[in-house]
Amino acid sequence: MLSDKDRIFTNLYGREDWRLAGAKKRGDWAGTKELMAKGQDWIVEEIKASGLRGRGGAGFPTGMKWSFMPKKSDDRPSFLVVNADEGEPGTCKDRDMLRHDPHKLIEGCLLGGYAMRCRAAYIYIRGELMREAETLQTAIDEAYAAGLIGKNACGSGYDFDVYVHRGAGAYICGEEMALIESLEGKPGKPRLKPPFPAAAGVWGCPTTVNNVETIAVAPTILRRGAAWFASFGRPNNTGTKVYCISGHVNEPCNVEESMSIPLRELIEKHAGGVRGGWDNLLAVIPGGSSTPLIPKSVCDTVLMDFDALREVKSGLGTAAVIVMDKSTDIIKAISRLAKFYMHESCGQCTPCREGTGWMWRMLERMVKGDARPEEIDLLLDVSNEIDGHTICALGDGAAWPVQGLIRHFRPVIEERIRTARLKPLQTAAE
Amino acid sequence: MSAAEQFTFTPENAEMARAIVAKYPAGKQQSALLPLLDLAQRQNQGWLPRAAMDHVAAFLGLAPIRVYEVATFYTMYNLKSIGRHHVQVCTTTPCWLRGSDQIIDACRHRLGIDVGETTPDGKFSLSEVECLAACVNAPVVWVGDDFFEDLDAASMTRLLDDLAAGKQPKAGPQIKRQTSAPASGAKTLTGKDA
Repeated sequence: MLSDKDRIFTNLYGREDWRLAGAKKRGDWAGTKELMAKGQDWIVEEIKASGLRGRGGAGFPTGMKWSFMPKKSDDRPSFLVVNADEGEPGTCKDRDMLRHDPHKLIEGCLLGGYAMRCRAAYIYIRGELMREAETLQTAIDEAYAAGLIGKNACGSGYDFDVYVHRGAGAYICGEEMALIESLEGKPGKPRLKPPFPAAAGVWGCPTTVNNVETIAVAPTILRRGAAWFASFGRPNNTGTKVYCISGHVNEPCNVEESMSIPLRELIEKHAGGVRGGWDNLLAVIPGGSSTPLIPKSVCDTVLMDFDALREVKSGLGTAAVIVMDKSTDIIKAISRLAKFYMHESCGQCTPCREGTGWMWRMLERMVKGDARPEEIDLLLDVSNEIDGHTICALGDGAAWPVQGLIRHFRPVIEERIRTARLKPLQTAAE
Repeated sequence: MSAAEQFTFTPENAEMARAIVAKYPAGKQQSALLPLLDLAQRQNQGWLPRAAMDHVAAFLGLAPIRVYEVATFYTMYNLKSIGRHHVQVCTTTPCWLRGSDQIIDACRHRLGIDVGETTPDGKFSLSEVECLAACVNAPVVWVGDDFFEDLDAASMTRLLDDLAAGKQPKAGPQIKRQTSAPASGAKTLTGKDA
């Protein structure tokens, strides 16, 4: 188990003061000026060496992403945009960082923003998180008042602003191009890439969009060194990670652990185990709702990292572990996710706009067994028509849970259909 | 004229709106549209009549259609009047696994209305919402600007009783628990192995 001295989010549960005085006591804002003095390239190289991969779900190498930003300005300013539009079902880690460790995020904005030669950071926080936005704004005000950000930030000679921008209730705005549109005051409809944000992002300027956790871990990595961060987890899957464990466990919770921790250990050590014991486990959605479920047989041994979960046809995503015990109607559980994606589709691409509704309606019938067995293949076909055929990844994220259900629980659907078809016959015979 | 036919920002809100616009680069005032619609909605008992949208359009120098397309896209804008307490119950899978059906039932029973309806006295509206990002504290309900977490039918009913009585119930977990830590107490960050 990761020891407390190696945890980055030492105020994850809000036991201590989140304000500047408390944050400084925990080591935030220590030697920030000296870190900046080591240079922009040093920061990017250190993040590269740490192996940090984006914590918002896609897992893109952060240092490499930062290196895409222009080193010489063509008169357009550059911007860092922090994605705090957390809303992937199962995921509630950024919320804890925003409300309990806001100064880690603000310091990360300065260091990351400086490394990418950005003028300012905009933190796009989902509208529902009003209290968290208030906390974050207070922390930003404290940082300005203490000279940590703003003109001559930390005495470095570098000017840098940090702003909070609240969303208004749309999951799609967690997609980086939709988020940029939304930040420009438009409906959150993803833009086609290219151009990528580093070339033309918000207001047509070079932009990098990073998840809250990605930015918030950066100062600690720079202070303690890339090698320290890289010492946790397996190669290509390094670092510590905040996991969210929800659903049918005895004690749902958030916890920071090492990358590559076995799923079973994570659930049993931190979340009090599966309700009714490990053998009562049916399946787990390992990385937020978009990642395909894995059945118990896979859960027995799988490690929680990008590569291990990809090998079992799922993904680490946001590391939001949704646990389902044997009492779960697995068809209904996935159908509810299908409804989520139908509701959240922006409507721009036909396969997603129409297909998410088709999938939900078919699944709702399958919950009752009101379907023909060959419709299972039809459902799979519809999911394949969405997957990879849309501007953004919401379509993929809608298709994958359905594909996971059919991959591992086809017999359950077949049995449901068979039972429902027998019922009227039995009733008639009675 | 009724509030629905006429809308202007109060002087305080107009000042706040100007401060919001100042956060964005010159000429990019459209970026302030989402926060300004929120501000207008708060001023107008929780909903946005067309007059409010038109006022925001004029305030930002935008064509009204730019405002309408945003107001209709995002779920947090109410285009019809809404109860004083908007009870928004998350029913997405992580909350559903932990009993959100019972939470909806408790709301229906206590309020005597169905999802999508408002009580005749205008005190409560009931909605189902998608994931609120507090899944380890499921089931979760959102009222006003606060989340109420770790609910069951009994605590949900109590919460509605308190709101009906004009009390401000304590937000966060409704069981003995510190935020997102395990209910029996944190197993990490205890200072024991530091």
